[in-house]
Amino acid sequence: MKVNLKVWRQKNSNTAGKLVEYQLDSISPEMSFLEMFDVLNGELTKKGEEIIAFDHDCREGICGSCSMYINGRAHGPQTGATTCQLHMRSFNDGDTIVVEPWRSRAFPVIKDLMVDRSAFDRVIQAGGYVSVNTGSARDANETPIPRNIADEAMDAAQCIACGACVAACKNASAMLYVAAKVSHLAVLPQGQAESVARAERMVAQMDAEGFGACSFTGACSVECPKSISLDHIARLNREYLGAKLTSTNVQG
Amino acid sequence: MKLESKIPEGPLAEKWSRHKFGLKLVNPSNKRKYDIIVVGTGLAGASAAASLAELGYNVKAFTFHDSPRRAHSIAAQGGINAAKNYQNDGDSIFRLFYDTIKGGDYRAREGNVYRLAEVSVNIIDQCVAQGVPFAREYGGLLANRSFGGAQVSRTFYARGQTGQQLLLGAYSALSRQVTTGKVKLITRTEMLDVVVEGGKARGIVTRNLITGKIESHSAHAVLICTGGYGNVFYLSTNAMNSNVTAAWRAHKRGALFANPCYTQIHPTCIPVKGDYQSKLTLMSESLRNDGRVWVPKTKEDAEKIRKGQLKATDLSEDQRDYFLERRYPSFGNLVPRDVASRNAKYVCDEGRGVASTGLAVYLDFADAIKRDGKKTIEAKYGNLFEMYEKIIDENPYETPMMIYPAVHYTMGGLWVDYNLMTTIPGLYALGEANFSDHGANRLGASALMQGLADGYFVIPYTVGDYLATIGPADKVSVENPTFKEAEQNVISMTERFLTIKGTETVDSFHKRLGHIMWEYCGMSRNAEGLKKAKAMIQDLRKEFWSNVRVMGEGDEMNQSLEHAGRVADFIELGELMVDDALARNESCGGHFREEFQTEEGEALRDDANFTYVAAWQYQGDNKPELLNKESLEFENVKLTQRSYK
Ligand SMILES: Cc1cc2nc3c(=O)[nH]c(=O)nc-3n(C[C@H](O)[C@H](O)[C@H](O)COP(=O)(O)OP(=O)(O)OC[C@H]3O[C@@H](n4cnc5c(N)ncnc54)[C@H](O)[C@@H]3O)c2cc1C
Ligand code: FES
Repeated sequence: MKVNLKVWRQKNSNTAGKLVEYQLDSISPEMSFLEMFDVLNGELTKKGEEIIAFDHDCREGICGSCSMYINGRAHGPQTGATTCQLHMRSFNDGDTIVVEPWRSRAFPVIKDLMVDRSAFDRVIQAGGYVSVNTGSARDANETPIPRNIADEAMDAAQCIACGACVAACKNASAMLYVAAKVSHLAVLPQGQAESVARAERMVAQMDAEGFGACSFTGACSVECPKSISLDHIARLNREYLGAKLTSTNVQG
Repeated sequence: MKLESKIPEGPLAEKWSRHKFGLKLVNPSNKRKYDIIVVGTGLAGASAAASLAELGYNVKAFTFHDSPRRAHSIAAQGGINAAKNYQNDGDSIFRLFYDTIKGGDYRAREGNVYRLAEVSVNIIDQCVAQGVPFAREYGGLLANRSFGGAQVSRTFYARGQTGQQLLLGAYSALSRQVTTGKVKLITRTEMLDVVVEGGKARGIVTRNLITGKIESHSAHAVLICTGGYGNVFYLSTNAMNSNVTAAWRAHKRGALFANPCYTQIHPTCIPVKGDYQSKLTLMSESLRNDGRVWVPKTKEDAEKIRKGQLKATDLSEDQRDYFLERRYPSFGNLVPRDVASRNAKYVCDEGRGVASTGLAVYLDFADAIKRDGKKTIEAKYGNLFEMYEKIIDENPYETPMMIYPAVHYTMGGLWVDYNLMTTIPGLYALGEANFSDHGANRLGASALMQGLADGYFVIPYTVGDYLATIGPADKVSVENPTFKEAEQNVISMTERFLTIKGTETVDSFHKRLGHIMWEYCGMSRNAEGLKKAKAMIQDLRKEFWSNVRVMGEGDEMNQSLEHAGRVADFIELGELMVDDALARNESCGGHFREEFQTEEGEALRDDANFTYVAAWQYQGDNKPELLNKESLEFENVKLTQRSYK
């Protein structure tokens, strides 16, 4: 099949970028979207042009590296899937496909389709953990955790930190990402001791990074490749509002 | 070189506690006087960095990823073993030890493997305390499954995403230490050399992948936790960017590389479809608990299937050959990975393979669905079936899955002693990057266990012994000429890549190397093929260095340049793997030499002559490497022929 691509090219964070057109004539519908980019990059090298930079690694939807905004949608037309899980059979022969990087103040472009998502790490560093040192844990079966609670924690913990939620949100809010982590740890007994301080610190860091406010449109959850539910945002709001009322010491 | 494994004296079960007691300690207030570099922040690196920082050491942790959470460990699906015996089904530390040593075909050290089994129980406690959401029973206690042919249920799992959840646990512990300031986390930065001065590891040279800046970092000790080298085959289940560079450059600075030819081919992967293919996807081995493996009995039927004239479901029971069940009546579809893989290759070589390529066998769930109902099967494997459907566009509830073996894990790696120290004092290797615990074949669910054992429970003790011995003053500044020389080396290599300006892409060289490795040094090997492969790799290497085309500049983000450096190292490693496979005139575990097999076609070990670790020593560019042997002693288990009949 043939495709016309319009791909965002930007040399680095200090220069302006633009969409550049490329044509590919013999693409197999069985190829993955990223394999199509491999083919394009091979052709560019042969022509003596620089390859298109993009993040990718596992190519099976779990590492969260890949991050393309395809025809106006985070990770493209398929729901519940990452860019690397998208195949060319999702497109028609002759289609024009526009590919851009995630757009958010908190995710500056590094080069072409690659963005800097270290803000996500800093949000976790602000409190997304249980404070337990190596070696100080007691026997794992001493604290039974009802299966439905463990399942709920797992639903939230599945987040792959790809940033599609931010890219899909008109306010570029990171609320679903933050809520998923707060929720994962808040429902488990191990995480409860710190749950209030954790929510406060993570939300404060999220604001400091320049993510937008949440207006609860739900676009994040629709575009989330792991289909993480909006319920977690509701829980975060409870934890966080609860925190505001009880906390004596809000640390950024 | 005399290789000292430093396995402690005494009865097996007491070795580790005695050893710990004998190790020197660094007094708590002195720990902050020591700097430790951790390269790699996957399971092994993140757990080590966090634990060392908790103890009070100053840690600098490096990863080429944009975040520690992207490490290849994230992709592990199936689970992690631990000898908890929560199921009361007869498991014990000794049984886990025994299964692991036997599974590795008696090519690992007893002492190391026993320690691994011993600390396995602490790993589960630690992970649960961090909030890892392992699967649970209705009563709230932890659930287990049996995995990879084990006859007890000792595998802990978090749906099909165990690696993800364990890595996120280690990542959270690491993140906490970043906040305390004890860990300095340096991302999108690749280690390109180790600096050795006065016979000790002194630090590393790195390239900032965004700016291209080459920098030196000095420390009292350096830990290589950079994962495995399966991507030497180009196509593998490893993440695309997994590579051998850190370990290989350490090797060229004097660290011995052990058992490079021991690679694991996993039987249940989604088959290759076309030349454009960039990686292979694993379907968890747990599928073999319920799926039945078969191919058509006759070549004629197989050919019709390949041409699309027949469907799998058109064949009646007596037209099918359930070849694993037929050949191994007691283990059936649950034989170890190497056995299952090799048998799939045989039936395809006979012309009975399916899919348009002829390189696939069926994994059929029809009987399991009939027996347990679709719902039960969906609860167990739903996410895997979905993943399969996304890739192949076929519904495995209705038509049998197609699978084929693929490169999955590398048991070889940097040689380390019982303290995880390489042959360079002060340089350690953890996780898949070392060779230590899996012998010639790794059992399912034991790599996650080993990475976390090394990082959480071994290195925090053993590194202290070295640091207490050298003292805080024994450190070299980055201004030292050895650092400058290493930096210069890295800079010249970059310049060399950019000036070749040949005609062939890096990717294309990588693919060609992969073809050679898979064809001659893959699932089964023979002397003639290996010799041929060696010559082909040498030619490829020459061609690479004269005809590769790398666009762009050195002082910017340049993925093609990164890849070129990695492929250059893979080519050199490939040649060593071939040498190692050729020198080992026996079959064991994942290393199958066609000349050495039993009458029934099973791997035939030669214990009299090959019960050793092959540790290769670099001798300089284009010179043959020197083989050193560490002989393996077995005091607690009897070496038997593995039999899964
Ligand atoms: C698909 C798949 C499924 C698996 N499933 C299981 C399973 O169910 N159970 C099991 O026990 N095992 C499983 N394994 C094996 C297991 O996942 C790995 O062996 C293990 O996770 C390796 O961990 P690691 O920490 O050693 O390395 P990795 O997780 O590969 O981490 C390597 C780290 O090193 C960094 N790095 C590498 N080179 C450099 C450099 N030069 N400079 C800077 N940083 C560098 C990377 O950025 C990364 O942070 C599976 C493997 C695969 C491929
Ligand atoms: S490359 Fe890992 S999620 Fe897409």
